[in-house]
Amino acid sequence: MYDFEFVKPASLAEAVAAMGRDGAQALSGGMTLLPTMKQRLNQPDSLVSLNGLAELKGVSVAGGVLTIGAATTHATVAREAGAYPALAALAGQIGDPMVRNRGTIGGSLANNDPAACYPSAVLASGATVVTNQREIAADDYFQGLFSTALEEGEIITAVKFPIPDKAAYVKFAQPASRFALTGVFVAKGPAGVRVAVTGASEDGVFRWTEAEEALSANFAPSALDGLTVEADGMIGDLHGTPEYRAHLVKVITKRAVAAAG
Amino acid sequence: MPKDGGIGASTKRREDVRFLTGNGRYTDDINLRGQLHAHFLRSEVAHGRIRGLDTAAAAAMPGVVRIFTGADFAAIGGLPCGWQVTDRFGQPMQEPKHPVLADGKVRHVGDPIAVVVAETLEQARDAAEAIVVDIEELPAVIDMKAALAPDAPKVHEDLTSNLCYDWGFVEENREAVAEAFRKADHVVSLDLVNNRLVANPMEPRVAVGDYDPWNDMSTLYTTSQNPHVIRLLMGAFVLGIPEHRLRVVAPDVGGGFGSKIFHYAEEAFCTFAARALKRPVKWTSTRSEAFITDAHGRDHVTRIELALDKDHNFTALRTETLANMGAYLSTFSSSVPTWLHGTLMAGNYSTPLIYVNVKAVFTNTVPVDAYRGAGRPEATFQLERLIDKAARQLGVDPIELRRKNFIQPDQFPYQTPVAVVYDTGNYQATMDKLLQVADYSGLEARVAEAKKRGKLRGFGIIHYIEACGIAPSNLVGQLGARAGLYESATVRVNATGSISVFTGSHSHGQGHETTFAQVVAEMIGIDAGQVEIVHGDTQNTPMGMGTYGSRSLAVGGSALVKATNKIINKAKKIAAHLLEASEDDIELKDGKFSVAGTDKSVDWAGVTLAAYVPHNYPLESMEPGLEETAFYDPSNFTYPSGAYGCEVEVDPDTGKVEVVSFAAADDFGNIVNPMIVEGQVHGGLAQGIGQALLENCVYDENGQLLSGSFMDYAMPRADDVPFYRVDHSCNTPCTHNPLGVKGCGEAGAIGSPPAVVNAVIDALHRGGYTHVSHIDMPVSPARVWAAMHTK
Amino acid sequence: MAKVTMTVNGRAMSAEAEGRTLLSDFLRQGLGLTGTHVGCDTSQCGACTVHVDGLAVKSCSVLAMDVAGANVTTIEGMANADGSLSTLQQAFQDHHGLQCGFCTPGMVMSAAALLADTPKPTEAEVRHHLEGNICRCTGYHNIVKAVLAASGQDVGKVGIAAE
Repeated sequence: MYDFEFVKPASLAEAVAAMGRDGAQALSGGMTLLPTMKQRLNQPDSLVSLNGLAELKGVSVAGGVLTIGAATTHATVAREAGAYPALAALAGQIGDPMVRNRGTIGGSLANNDPAACYPSAVLASGATVVTNQREIAADDYFQGLFSTALEEGEIITAVKFPIPDKAAYVKFAQPASRFALTGVFVAKGPAGVRVAVTGASEDGVFRWTEAEEALSANFAPSALDGLTVEADGMIGDLHGTPEYRAHLVKVITKRAVAAAG
Repeated sequence: MPKDGGIGASTKRREDVRFLTGNGRYTDDINLRGQLHAHFLRSEVAHGRIRGLDTAAAAAMPGVVRIFTGADFAAIGGLPCGWQVTDRFGQPMQEPKHPVLADGKVRHVGDPIAVVVAETLEQARDAAEAIVVDIEELPAVIDMKAALAPDAPKVHEDLTSNLCYDWGFVEENREAVAEAFRKADHVVSLDLVNNRLVANPMEPRVAVGDYDPWNDMSTLYTTSQNPHVIRLLMGAFVLGIPEHRLRVVAPDVGGGFGSKIFHYAEEAFCTFAARALKRPVKWTSTRSEAFITDAHGRDHVTRIELALDKDHNFTALRTETLANMGAYLSTFSSSVPTWLHGTLMAGNYSTPLIYVNVKAVFTNTVPVDAYRGAGRPEATFQLERLIDKAARQLGVDPIELRRKNFIQPDQFPYQTPVAVVYDTGNYQATMDKLLQVADYSGLEARVAEAKKRGKLRGFGIIHYIEACGIAPSNLVGQLGARAGLYESATVRVNATGSISVFTGSHSHGQGHETTFAQVVAEMIGIDAGQVEIVHGDTQNTPMGMGTYGSRSLAVGGSALVKATNKIINKAKKIAAHLLEASEDDIELKDGKFSVAGTDKSVDWAGVTLAAYVPHNYPLESMEPGLEETAFYDPSNFTYPSGAYGCEVEVDPDTGKVEVVSFAAADDFGNIVNPMIVEGQVHGGLAQGIGQALLENCVYDENGQLLSGSFMDYAMPRADDVPFYRVDHSCNTPCTHNPLGVKGCGEAGAIGSPPAVVNAVIDALHRGGYTHVSHIDMPVSPARVWAAMHTK
Repeated sequence: MAKVTMTVNGRAMSAEAEGRTLLSDFLRQGLGLTGTHVGCDTSQCGACTVHVDGLAVKSCSVLAMDVAGANVTTIEGMANADGSLSTLQQAFQDHHGLQCGFCTPGMVMSAAALLADTPKPTEAEVRHHLEGNICRCTGYHNIVKAVLAASGQDVGKVGIAAE
């Protein structure tokens, strides 16, 4: 990889300052960033490690909201987010055990890989992405492939998940990367049902609103029977055609609804 | 019951201790004083003409020692192909030059254009980015059919076309086979693809070149399955360094599966550059680089047809195959779709007439060469898929159709219509055993149980044969091989009785250090711990052809037996002298020489000491010392065979296939270490299951590799496979090598792909999807789902 | 370049590193601990697995400077104090859980982490846990068997044909 200056701030304030410099890039778990840099596809002047910031780590629950520090690893979420079992289960399915010991929720959301697991949970839960500058609603946060509402130098500090009544995530894995070929997170809360799909669309994670309406009326797999998903706009690649992914969206959503019970 | 440590014992591997404690010594672990690092600038386009190459700015960058381009290699030979195939018209194949660095043209993504040698790897990479390459991109040929079109762009302008050869086998049978098809009561045909694969041993390739001006000696440390072959090819054909000035060392090697047989440009480069710069030069492949430089495997497109009479006897078989060679001829590439494939098309069956046609095609892709099984998996896949289809088409049991057409146990030795003579086998027995191991009688109950869970369960069966123990040199010489395929061993007995064995075979996972010691220990009757196996260094091992084609024990082990027998014969003479008895009366048992019918004896160490301290020794008639070398050239191939059964469950909603059980009943002849043999089968099965369900090397129409990393090339993982049930009790020993062994390294990868696909088709038919007659590999969820819903 | 120090296999060890120096390179080149292997560049194969502060991580995707001061265990630190193989290492030898040996250090480190958390894993748990470690030789059969055996479970019937 290209050389860069490595910076490891001890506080969020220091991190914000370091991120304010030209060519600075935040490093969290590094599970995607470092392989990308090995390919020399990315050339930051400095990498600002967020791994030393205790204030960005940890899982807590208060008033029906689960808050996860941005630098909390997937393994920690899997272990400690018991108050939101579907989310804990999702975290336990990301990558593999070693990836889960390094990769973080903040890193995953900042990257917004179209096949990553977390974006579906954030979007389906109607979670709030908290940064050093503001709070961003999930519906405003995701803006297409690898694109988010984050401004230059902005750092995610936490994610706040309202805990739904029922929820489940089901992932149908791409066999090589083990990312989601299609993953669906279904959440049923006081405000209704939200269904978020990852891995399938060329625009990244999205809400399947027809399914949400059908499931709000009847939260059962059979409620989706009459729906179809358009292949248009779905990803077509080595691992599946757009038609196949469109088909999977429905199959996996049904399974997620069944799993949510 | 074999005694611990001898032939037949599941002796634990001695090499494991170093690997388990981090003390293995792989090529990348070698760092020499003053070592420089090489970074290859590679083509990003599949086909192009290099109009200009400006290295001036790069050469001035920090740490850069020198930049090499194709011009530096203008006077140097190309990488040679080791097998000249003669086409059906009697003409030699078209054989293009394969330069070490591109000579004005690039022919696949990854083709090396220039190399930066610098003090550090990152400096070399930085400088490589500063090289200005002006490439005129040319239309690429990727699809084999398109490559054979009359107006197709040519990969090599100096050839008449992209056709390497049009091979017919047995050409004289062509018309008779056609006649048999005209007379057939039934004809079954199948079009299929044998998917392109990447071998992906877990250790990427590495080369470290070194040069010692004091004695004008070049040394190459390399990740090779056959250091002597590399020395011969690189020394004699590429760099012009005589063997006695060239040492090739392959230390611990992290798997090969064929991909480390071949002589690669990076090996020649590092050796050349170290000589030019008088400093060691190291290159370590990244995995991404491996995907675009290691020779790929398989990539056949085939139409196969079977003729049957009214009683369902096979009367003739005909195949037409397009075989991808990639952009250049890799070391053994030309032999794979021909002699390693056509000669196995009889399978286990007594089909009297066979005609195989293979057109080998140049394309703008990475060269394709041998990968675990090499030609034999392609043969087995076609044949066993076709027989399954035939059984369905004729409405008969696929097991019975196979049994009916098997070469029967009393027909051995059996001359096939495709040149080879099978020495032994008992296919009815392996089939019987397989059905038992697979619990075939319980199948229907399992299918019914799966149905309750919403899964489609099915069973696929195959029987395979392979030709291993490669190979009789005089035969392969007639067929176009440019090398002999014997093997060698030197057995050096030390004064106190310990033994150092120097073998031309190379272990990169096969466990030779353990098994070869078992053989010697058993023959002499000493503890295996007294025997050390040395391999991998041309400086101290006799010329050997290395390890591939399941040949190490069958050929290398036979050389070892020959050399050990010479040792025993001489030791008996020494013992006879010491015991003042006739040599004919000396018996060797449990490491002790005794005179028959007496209590006079001398132990092994007593004899070996006498050989090296020859105070009481028949010096007038015998040399002192106890060291012997033997070369063994096999008189025939060996023919392992076996029956495999795979059980799958298909999720009808997603098309996802799960292998729920896999059973194998193999006939490997005699077995030295059952534990290691089973391990070889397990590994082969996983690779075959990987080919059948997961692995796919795919180019787009412009020649860009779409599956260029583990993110898109699906390697089998622990949760993709089940525990395997493996049996090797049905043994018919090989009749023509001293150990009676047949080889076991490739069987799993040969037999499993058709077993898996047959099982998927069976599951779909049982589930009512009877219109599905074939799905090409990898049988991915998307493909299964599409097949289910496409009539 | 800066001097980076960490505790490796119980000993404080230092070497020069750049910002971009990966932990795997730091161990292999900086400290000469070549037991940790690198088999890919996309964080998939797991051959480079080591423990950092008790957690299994892929050392090819961690910057050395980011774990300065940490407690690192590599394959070289896994044997018993007297140099004999640990229970897990011994199970790999006993059950032929390795062939070429290249993925083995990562397999052992990953399996050790599993057994630390889950002393008696099921077959499915072992297979699922090892999804981040690719082996091309063994077909996983004997690796899974070795891990189950190391956890004290009877593996006598594994892979035995149905009667």
